[in-house]
Amino acid sequence: MDYGFTEQQIMIRDLARQIAEEKVLPIRAELDEKEEFPFEAMNALADADLFGIYIPEAYGGFGGGALELCIATEEISRICGGVAVSYAANALGAYPILLHGTEEQKQKYLPDIAAGRKFCAFALTEPNVGSDASAVETTAKRDGDYYILNGSKQWITNGGVAGTLTVMATVNKAKGARGLTAFIVESGMPGFTLGKKEKKLGIRCSDTRVLYFDNCRVPAANRLGREGDGFRVAMNTFDCSRPGIGAQAVGIAQGAYEEAVKFAKTREQFGQKIIGFQAIQHMLADMATQIEAARLLVYQAAREVDKNSKDGPKISAMAKMYASDVAMKVTTDALQICGGAGYMREYPVEKYFRDAKITQIYEGTNQIQRNVIALSIIRESRDWK
Amino acid sequence: MRIVVCIKQVPDVTDVKINPQTNTLIREGVPSIINPFDTYAIEEGVRLREKFGGTVIVLTMGPPQAETALRQAVEAGADEMILLSDRAFAGSDTLATSYALAAAIRKIGNVDIILCGKQAMDGDTGQVGPGIAEFLDLPLVTYVKKIEEVEPGKRIRVEAMNDYGYNVYEAPLPCVMTVVKEINEPRMPSLRTKMKAKSAKLTTWKAEDIGAPPERIGLAGSPTAVWKIFTPKPRSGGEILHGSISEMADQLYAKLKERLVI
Repeated sequence: MDYGFTEQQIMIRDLARQIAEEKVLPIRAELDEKEEFPFEAMNALADADLFGIYIPEAYGGFGGGALELCIATEEISRICGGVAVSYAANALGAYPILLHGTEEQKQKYLPDIAAGRKFCAFALTEPNVGSDASAVETTAKRDGDYYILNGSKQWITNGGVAGTLTVMATVNKAKGARGLTAFIVESGMPGFTLGKKEKKLGIRCSDTRVLYFDNCRVPAANRLGREGDGFRVAMNTFDCSRPGIGAQAVGIAQGAYEEAVKFAKTREQFGQKIIGFQAIQHMLADMATQIEAARLLVYQAAREVDKNSKDGPKISAMAKMYASDVAMKVTTDALQICGGAGYMREYPVEKYFRDAKITQIYEGTNQIQRNVIALSIIRESRDWK
Repeated sequence: MRIVVCIKQVPDVTDVKINPQTNTLIREGVPSIINPFDTYAIEEGVRLREKFGGTVIVLTMGPPQAETALRQAVEAGADEMILLSDRAFAGSDTLATSYALAAAIRKIGNVDIILCGKQAMDGDTGQVGPGIAEFLDLPLVTYVKKIEEVEPGKRIRVEAMNDYGYNVYEAPLPCVMTVVKEINEPRMPSLRTKMKAKSAKLTTWKAEDIGAPPERIGLAGSPTAVWKIFTPKPRSGGEILHGSISEMADQLYAKLKERLVI
């Protein structure tokens, strides 16, 4: 199908697919089993220049945007959701710098991220902070040319491998969302330490960490925007990154669907291939349709983000929510079609099913996405006659 | 360092069919790839350039569609591409092909190293690399599995496979080498090289551009004639030793010794 991609976007798709099939497919089961971070796959993606496809050329990237990132993420997710999130989370960490960084901050941090020399992470979630992002408890206290950070973050993707992290802290807890401030933290800064690596249901090769800030001294020059800009930084970041989660969900769904088709074409019961049964055919037809609808929504959301359109936040939330719900539905049905084989860890389908679930949760649960969408509906309907 | 890598576009093999009348490969409708052995030659050329600087020029002789193989070579890291394409080249055997490639390399000029795959997987002769060395009167090392040391402009030391292990050779530069797959692992293309391949300029030379007289190229310049193509009998199975374990060990030792393996 022609999705109206540019030549460069097609190159990105082909490269990501080639790396996923040649470098990730042979090791995905082992990575999942051992919960090992996919350094080799990350290096292959970096060597192929795929870390820089959403970063402007001035900072060592290729000048694309959210759509390029979605195209690559979808292809990698089709083979392994864990490798895909380890890749895409770099963008989540980089977007705050890209969107709100000063020229100096961009020059200093983005080239290493664009080349894949340093991994990147975004740290907002805390033990008591999830959907209510304004309730951040990690504090940042000004001390001359520095801020002193104290507190902890949890469930931070790439937390243990990132060299560059964007961290949300509050300069004044009483101000709520307006106290939130974003900082660029380097992994070697004094007072920054790693906590335990989490064990997860899916995307198990990705590195998910607790982070500790114990009088961590961060130069004031590493503050993103002004004090109190943090909430805006986080929300603008999510507006850009959410299509990426949608793309991850589409890729996972596509991978599971392909496995289901292959299985249905070889599995025989009642004297025929089970793909001959209408019960299976209709499931596959629904799956294919849902995936295609989700994919188109994701691409359109990414395009709106890249145009900086006012519809970006709403359609991004729609794409993330819809695609991840589709991923859960499609992987459930794919597993059902494969029956007992689908349930066995020897086959790849149960992994797609486990990997799919997180897409409904992270970067804003799908309930929060509905809040975002509803807010847009209320706003845009004010002027209706 | 100026490196020329000679490549060949071949049909993607798994299902090769032979025309029973002409005893030649049926190429129509078969997707084409770079001869796999040549991909190692490209990679080695790119590694030499990364180490010593310079240019990797990829050279092939073939019909216009061989341009695809050249662009794939640029995706794999090569810099420049030259296609020898002319009706006059049609029907060239390994002698005429080596003659034409050698003439092109002479025209390219100032070449330090010429790399080829050890053989093409369609013809399997392994003669073109040596032929180029002969026509250019350059030293030749075949079956190179490792480049140990290079003194640019002076000499090169390499490890070359033989039936039982490898030999170490030193050769003055410039020289011709054919490489085996053990030499490296070709890299994947990157977005940068793919974009470069898309816009790279193709240089096409005809027979007259390289000063190749008609009698030396094409069918006229090709003394090879294919008389018959047949599937050889499968090799008989290996030898099974009998006796006690220590007797078998002795027999095995004697046989290995006899074959100079140990």
